[in-house]
Amino acid sequence: MLELANPKRFMEFSYDVLPWVAIGAAVALCLGLYLALFVVPPDYQQGDTVRIMFVHVPAAWAAMMVYAAMVVASVISLIHRHPLADVAARTAAPLGALFTALALITGSLWGKPMWGTYWVWDARLTSFFILLLLYLAYIALWNAIEDETRAARACAILAIVGAVNLPIVEFSVDWWNTLHQGESIFRAGGPLIAPVFLWPLAIMSVGYTLLFVTLWLLRIRTEIMQRRIRTLTLSGDGHG
Amino acid sequence: MAMADFWGMGGYAAYVWPAYGLTLAGLVAAVLVILVRYERAKLRLKRMVGDEEGL
Repeated sequence: MLELANPKRFMEFSYDVLPWVAIGAAVALCLGLYLALFVVPPDYQQGDTVRIMFVHVPAAWAAMMVYAAMVVASVISLIHRHPLADVAARTAAPLGALFTALALITGSLWGKPMWGTYWVWDARLTSFFILLLLYLAYIALWNAIEDETRAARACAILAIVGAVNLPIVEFSVDWWNTLHQGESIFRAGGPLIAPVFLWPLAIMSVGYTLLFVTLWLLRIRTEIMQRRIRTLTLSGDGHG
Repeated sequence: MAMADFWGMGGYAAYVWPAYGLTLAGLVAAVLVILVRYERAKLRLKRMVGDEEGL
């Protein structure tokens, strides 16, 4: 794994892996959307609004996973001071912000017909909104500090401190009375969701995860190339 | 399922379709922006170093 921390090796590895991950994402998302819209029956209580689950839950899952990935990259960055770890964390943040925003918007659209309101300041929704603020603060901090080494260090600390919000998001439905439903998939007694809903949800979640990996790899490759361009421009080695 | 039933989403079309539409718009926009930036950087670096870096 640490071998990939070498930018040249990472470029070679990601060049080989990218097409397969992208194809996997496209297949999973197309299949998941087909199942979600054409195969899954309306829920006996929620009717067709249950179809929102197939874009809401994977977005929320991706938002949490991206933040966890940023925290791991930030820890590696602080311990090993490796620039690729900084790049990994920095390039993941806007993707995480996008998934978080999509989860909040789709959740809000699901909430209105089910709860009678688009928004309520309950523990799950509020902690998830804080996750969006953490992403935005992280991006703003990166852009506010000119020196990249200092920016990377400050952002790594912010990401690690912000990690305290992840268990709050996850367990908020158990710790407090919330309008948001309780945990219904990853629970001790097994999922509460019927297999006819669970499989398309799992496929969509795989699709979102692979889409994130595809976009993340592309963003890291772009950042590495841009740094190389800057170095070449400063040293005057570039032909163009 | 009839076409009208499909688009009607059991009376919840005003919530289901915006959820799918906004998700699709957000993800497609992200893919396009990231791909355009990637191709631009690749092209620029290729102009500077040629194909020697295995881009």
